[in-house]
Amino acid sequence: MSLVLEPQAIGPGDRPVAGGKAVRLARMLRAGFRVPGFLCLPAGAYRRFVAAGGLAERIRLELSRKDAAAMRWEELWDCATRIRSLFLRHPFPPGMDGALREALARRFGDGPVAVRSSALEEDAPGASFAGLHASFVAVSGAEAVLERIRLVWASLWSDAALLYRRELGLDPGQSAMAVVVQEMVAGEASGICFSQDPGVPSQAVVEAAWGLNQAVVDGEVEPDRWIVDREHRRILEHRPPARRGRRLIPTPGGVRFEALPAALSGRPPLSPEEALAVADLARRAEEHCGEPQDIEWTRSGGEFVLLQSRPTTARRGGAGGDSRAWYLGLRRSFENLKRLRAGIEGQRIPEAERTAAALAAVDLARLADAELALEIERRRAIHRRWQEIYTAEFIPFAHGMRLFGEVYNERLKPEDPYEFTALLRRGGLLSLERNRALEHLAALVRERPELAACLAAGDCAAAAPDFQKELESFLLRFGDVTCELGGRALCAGALRPLLHLLHEMARRPSPGPRDAPGPDAERLEEAYLASFPEERRQEAAELLDLARASWRLRDDDNLHVGRIEARLREAEAEGRRRLAAGAAEEAALRGALAAAEEPGPAPAAGNGEGGLRPRQLRGQPAGPGFARGPARVIRAAGDLERFRAGEVLVCDAIDPRMTHVVPLAAAIVERRGGMLIHGAIIAREYGIPCVTGVPEAVRLIRTGDLLAVDGYLGIVTVGEGEL
Amino acid sequence: MSGSPAPPPPAEGTEEVRGLLARLLAAERFAVLATQREGQPYANLVAFAASEDLSTLFFVTPRATRKVENLRRDPRVALLVADSRNRAADIAAAAAATGIGEARELAGAARAEALARFLARHPALEEFARAPTCAAFAVRIRRYLLVRRFQEVTEVFLDP
Repeated sequence: MSLVLEPQAIGPGDRPVAGGKAVRLARMLRAGFRVPGFLCLPAGAYRRFVAAGGLAERIRLELSRKDAAAMRWEELWDCATRIRSLFLRHPFPPGMDGALREALARRFGDGPVAVRSSALEEDAPGASFAGLHASFVAVSGAEAVLERIRLVWASLWSDAALLYRRELGLDPGQSAMAVVVQEMVAGEASGICFSQDPGVPSQAVVEAAWGLNQAVVDGEVEPDRWIVDREHRRILEHRPPARRGRRLIPTPGGVRFEALPAALSGRPPLSPEEALAVADLARRAEEHCGEPQDIEWTRSGGEFVLLQSRPTTARRGGAGGDSRAWYLGLRRSFENLKRLRAGIEGQRIPEAERTAAALAAVDLARLADAELALEIERRRAIHRRWQEIYTAEFIPFAHGMRLFGEVYNERLKPEDPYEFTALLRRGGLLSLERNRALEHLAALVRERPELAACLAAGDCAAAAPDFQKELESFLLRFGDVTCELGGRALCAGALRPLLHLLHEMARRPSPGPRDAPGPDAERLEEAYLASFPEERRQEAAELLDLARASWRLRDDDNLHVGRIEARLREAEAEGRRRLAAGAAEEAALRGALAAAEEPGPAPAAGNGEGGLRPRQLRGQPAGPGFARGPARVIRAAGDLERFRAGEVLVCDAIDPRMTHVVPLAAAIVERRGGMLIHGAIIAREYGIPCVTGVPEAVRLIRTGDLLAVDGYLGIVTVGEGEL
Repeated sequence: MSGSPAPPPPAEGTEEVRGLLARLLAAERFAVLATQREGQPYANLVAFAASEDLSTLFFVTPRATRKVENLRRDPRVALLVADSRNRAADIAAAAAATGIGEARELAGAARAEALARFLARHPALEEFARAPTCAAFAVRIRRYLLVRRFQEVTEVFLDP
């Protein structure tokens, strides 16, 4: 089996070996189009790499964790990250890297290349999902090229590919990926062209920007656009972008954006004649291929080079109906994430705080029934708006830590693909601040035995007025905790749940978050920065800073939106109270409350049903450590109130209503999956073992079951193991 | 081993029997491990690797399992390795070896050495085997019972 194929060795029927991209490029080359010279690593090279050292079995093991159809988008990302890390760390079988180095050096010398995926299956639904497989441009040096080849191979198992796993027919025993290594043509202007606009068949569309093509394809720069009349070969319209601000250029270490020189920003990257020449190029590709083409091109030294050509039908968005495609498609670039962060920190969070404070200032008791009904509606609308902001801005910003994780793993290739989270833990999380305040109160209870008695009795006002004052100041600052503690019904300032919690916390010293970054984190940070060449360190430090903000927000955002929700629930509770008491404006209140979410009925326990009982449940190892303890399954609001120190918190998903019991928990088990979700972040902050993504955890585990939680392996063992 | 009967005279060349045993242990990846607790037998499947001299079989397991609890109470075990493939012909054609001995959990250098041997055979289990919650066991085999041709049984003694 040959490790490398020359273009002339690739025929039209070779897609199962060389992949669609290589076959198309070879075809265009044969037809006389100017395309960059290239080599292809066929599917066999991939197979040889994964067959050695059990990599194929490792991929299979990773995929067997959970049915991909049942994975949340976070879990798909996690699964892809672990597989990517396997590829980065897996050694080449003996002789293979030497042979590749030699073939690449013979063909390309030391010059920069592009390393692109050439998928074997391209017609499957979902196969054209944006960012399905990896491609890299301006890669220099044998070591870097080999690493990019590993990453392109790994992208066979990208998060998006896993999403369409069934449609793509992905099978660890069968599937493979070919790679195209292409001479890098660093054109001064580049773009794409549809030989025929899918919407308007009489027209062609040309898009162009200064610099490398990647920026246009990724939507990182806004291009100039020409609409061309196909029949008469004339330009119908030229639409310049709002601003020609920057261009993507090659650098020794890859690519970077630079501000566009003033001389260029004032003029379009193509003259009208050139725009027509690009449309001609696409037209010739269409004639040669027998169907409308979507081409990528670049202009180098006045000549147009065809970078790639594929049927127009191929460029589609993700398949409709699956919101996971949307989330994964939000893969934000560094630049976009920086803008998103500025908006969130500069506007959204202050706005959320002001909104919650303004709502809290409304004295509900003084509102007439009809006014209260309107207030409930108003709060519901506000809450809905914040849920939308949460989805549209806060969740995408979570890609900040993911982007950092990918870069960190590429640079340092750590054994644990989540090692990077150690650099993100920097304290400062709102929920931890609240927990520290709680811990302070609990410490007082520990010191003064008389407080335990009044806590147990549920009233400290008379017995310990000074302590009562501390309680009140806590409530003033973190008022929502009582609401969160007691569930929605108890939202209006009930103290009892708080007293119970303090009583429980006082029973044993709680671990406290590991807020000071240890020497370990400092060492990792140094190693991370040192892995970059001097001139890129600033950028590396900025990415780390962005990731820290993303980590912090992933936790805080829940609280910010939670505070607004608390005010809605508070108004609803007041409405219900008045209805129960026989309110005058009963109809208005009933109407306003009709849309209120009532907590659903608690699901029945499935443990022991039909003679079946779970023994070991699998999930993701989201927080390292091992602990045993009795389960406390949270199904309804009141379950949380009964939480005892040393129990294992078992829940559907940790939300802000629960974080305050985390320091009491021996371990955490969550149905919702992900290594970087709220619960996992809090667990890591406290160093508590955590397993997430356990299907049906809440149904299969019963309160009181003895659990052993293995946060290294992602295994939850239920019961005593009697024989 | 004191108390054991003297090895019977080999029906065929010792080399040949040992060779067959070695091939079987090298070819198979999985074994059935038998433990017991207060007289209640317990069996489960483990991935294993054998030492060069066949005297030791290695396996790994999370500690929070029944087998580890059983081994803590009584380290005596049997391991069954067979090449049957669920075909009718296996009755006559398959070979099986039952190893009898004692298991002990390894630590430090012995664990590292055992893991290296185990992972050479099962590279995909690296993450699993290296987890701090995973125990590595060595079973020192006193004797094997090698079964061939349906009911032909040969005992192989390994005592030094």
